[in-house]
Amino acid sequence: MPELSTIVAMVLVVAMAAYVLSGGADFGGGIWRLFAWGPRGERQRDALNDAIAPIWEANHVWLILVIVLLFSCFPRAFSVLMTALHIPLAAMLVGIVLRGSAFAFESYPAGATRLQKRSGRVFAVSSAVTPFLLGISVGAIASGNLRVDAATGMVQTNFVSEWLAPFPFAIGALLLAVCAFLSAVYMTVEVRADVELANDFRRRGLWAAVAVGVFALVSLLLARRDAPFLYEGLVHGRAAIFFQILTGLAAVIVLGALWQRRYRIARLAALVQGGLIIVGWALAQFPYLIYPDITIAGAAADEVVLRLVLIALAAGSVLLLPAFYYLYRVFKAGKSGGVEVAQNPAPVADESEASGGADESGVDSR
Amino acid sequence: MDDLLAARSQMAMSLAFHIVFAAVGIAMPLLMIVAEGMWIRTKRRVYRELAQRWAKGTAIIFAVGAVSGTVLSFELGLLWPTFMEHAGPLVSMPFSLEGFAFFLEAIFLGLYLYGWDRLAPKVHWLCGLMVMISGTMSGIFVVCANAWMNAPAGFDFVGGEFVNVRPWEAMFNALWMPMTAHMTVAAFQAVAFAVAGIHAWMLLKDPGNAFHRAAIGIALIVGLATAIVQPIMGDLLAKNTAVHQPIKLAAMEGQFETERGAPLRIGGMPDVEAGRTNYALEIPGGLSFLAFGSFEAEVRGLKDFPRDEWPPVAIVHIAFQIMVACGMWMLGVAVLGVFLAWRQRALPEQRWYLWLLVVSGPLGFVAIEAGWTVTEVGRQPWVIYGFMRTADAVTPMPGLIVPFTVFSVLYLVLSVIVVYLLRRHVFQSPTAAQLARIAEVDGGGAADNVQVGGDDA
Repeated sequence: MPELSTIVAMVLVVAMAAYVLSGGADFGGGIWRLFAWGPRGERQRDALNDAIAPIWEANHVWLILVIVLLFSCFPRAFSVLMTALHIPLAAMLVGIVLRGSAFAFESYPAGATRLQKRSGRVFAVSSAVTPFLLGISVGAIASGNLRVDAATGMVQTNFVSEWLAPFPFAIGALLLAVCAFLSAVYMTVEVRADVELANDFRRRGLWAAVAVGVFALVSLLLARRDAPFLYEGLVHGRAAIFFQILTGLAAVIVLGALWQRRYRIARLAALVQGGLIIVGWALAQFPYLIYPDITIAGAAADEVVLRLVLIALAAGSVLLLPAFYYLYRVFKAGKSGGVEVAQNPAPVADESEASGGADESGVDSR
Repeated sequence: MDDLLAARSQMAMSLAFHIVFAAVGIAMPLLMIVAEGMWIRTKRRVYRELAQRWAKGTAIIFAVGAVSGTVLSFELGLLWPTFMEHAGPLVSMPFSLEGFAFFLEAIFLGLYLYGWDRLAPKVHWLCGLMVMISGTMSGIFVVCANAWMNAPAGFDFVGGEFVNVRPWEAMFNALWMPMTAHMTVAAFQAVAFAVAGIHAWMLLKDPGNAFHRAAIGIALIVGLATAIVQPIMGDLLAKNTAVHQPIKLAAMEGQFETERGAPLRIGGMPDVEAGRTNYALEIPGGLSFLAFGSFEAEVRGLKDFPRDEWPPVAIVHIAFQIMVACGMWMLGVAVLGVFLAWRQRALPEQRWYLWLLVVSGPLGFVAIEAGWTVTEVGRQPWVIYGFMRTADAVTPMPGLIVPFTVFSVLYLVLSVIVVYLLRRHVFQSPTAAQLARIAEVDGGGAADNVQVGGDDA
């Protein structure tokens, strides 16, 4: 049985992976909005919005869970990160606020078409900027440059040099590519009824997969110099080779399945690949939260706190997982909508706000 | 502006902004499911129309609330890392549970907003109910954490360290119940009055409009009930504050001297230098009675405490007066409304009463902002009351005026856009003539399968 603190750290990694795989793809959807022009731009935009709209707020909560777990169970690490990475994290928050608000403004414009257009643009740009900044912060953590003075317990930082460096920026680009990649692959399944759109996202998925590979390689090369501990872990760690092979295998399957237009298989493999990237990073860093001064066990709160948080997590999951399953089943189980609609003869309102125009639900458009 | 003041200003601004959206996220689902429930029961389409239109406004507000709440959870660490390093484990329970409540709220909101044509009506209604329950719970959990800052519990303080952490004891601290009760009622009350005010305004412009009458009917019931309950909740909290934070109570009341039979001061301006509150209307023994249940009870004054532990007295006193005044006004409006409704056995829609509702519309939110000012400013100079000073908790990061300015501008722009969009949504509500057509469809037999105005869709 591993230590309690290790178990909480594992939950933390799972929550981060869940955030990247779900919330990350929502950011990716915004990124593809930047490229949604040309003859099918309008249809691409609508498809992306439809895919994101019902689920992005729920997906976003994974990030809050990560933060709560950090300050509840590893308060030392939390205070060090929040102090040293104030600038990129605050900038990321601006991105988060703009992304979410602009998406809501765009979805419910009440006929304000110019505001709607501009909100769409803000949504797209902030969707790209936010994961980039998150990646920079993660890269700074992994680099080993966040040092804590053993005597005073104070973090040694000038608030800039730890993250304004090539390696953190490479990780930022990598996360950006992963978000775009996940979104494109998911979208091929979402729009599979529309062959033209599915082809568009298939092509984008392939390009994004290449970008993920390139940025992963660049990050690894930079890590050799700028994040040597992480590099060691990734290349020579206990299970490292095994994980590298698995991740590579998943990537190959995604490429092959996209090529063959086997979109569901591609989506499954992309989920595995994205998850493995996060888990691989976490393993390479183990047992450090922030190399080299803060370990998982060293930063952990009292055992009683860890135990209670784990119990709360387990109890919460009993409610959460079925609810999530239901949400995804209702909105992601094919566009026909499944059983519920067939059983429901009630009037069907026109909920097409996202398409904008004068106004929505019939009554007042005359 | 020094960094501490900038950090405090940014925190205050972020909270003041978020609390409005949070309150709407808690209370609007109740109004929506009441309207939707009326539709399911009576099949009168106007109620479905109402629920759907309310849902659109709520969707905008919920999104901004979700992201501004995220900002706050980061800002706790970005601005107050030392505080969170010590408090994190102690507030672990309310925040972990809040995480799950927020998850459920977001999940069921997604189902509610986008599930109108995918879910059976009763399932859809249940999703709305879940949004309300989980939204209310997440509000309660967050306020539990705040209550801990005001009445710290669940640890031993040894050599400047918080040890022997007992998270449940910390969560269920002395103030959790009165604070969560006061805030939860406040959320429903503020939103109900705001909604009633908006629809009263529209009804004044378009008299007899069934849409706005239905809206006022629902909002008013919630508003009246909460306005009548709220003074009891407030009194409960004040009595607990008198015991656990006597210095905050003294500041709220402008009470400088420790005395028996302390008067209740209405209005007035505390003069900290002179050590007295001027121009107040004083009710003899009133404060002693309200705080301790006896006209002769002793109330501790500010002068009983070291000068460097006083909160900014004038701000706390005036904010408290504003909150109480708003509450009393809304209580009056509520009692009057109940009386009118009882006498005429119908919705009170006299023009003057509608005007009264319009005027009272913003007061619930004014009271919430003022009340949080009392709580937060009244806790100063402490971040953990009695254990850690705010000045010792702030980040060493320089130039905090920059993020303060950035977030202020950002929130200002968002506020303008939200108000603009909500205005548009409100002004697009159906007119009486359009409603007459809905009523025709309603009366026309197989109405259930016809969409509102669907004939020319």
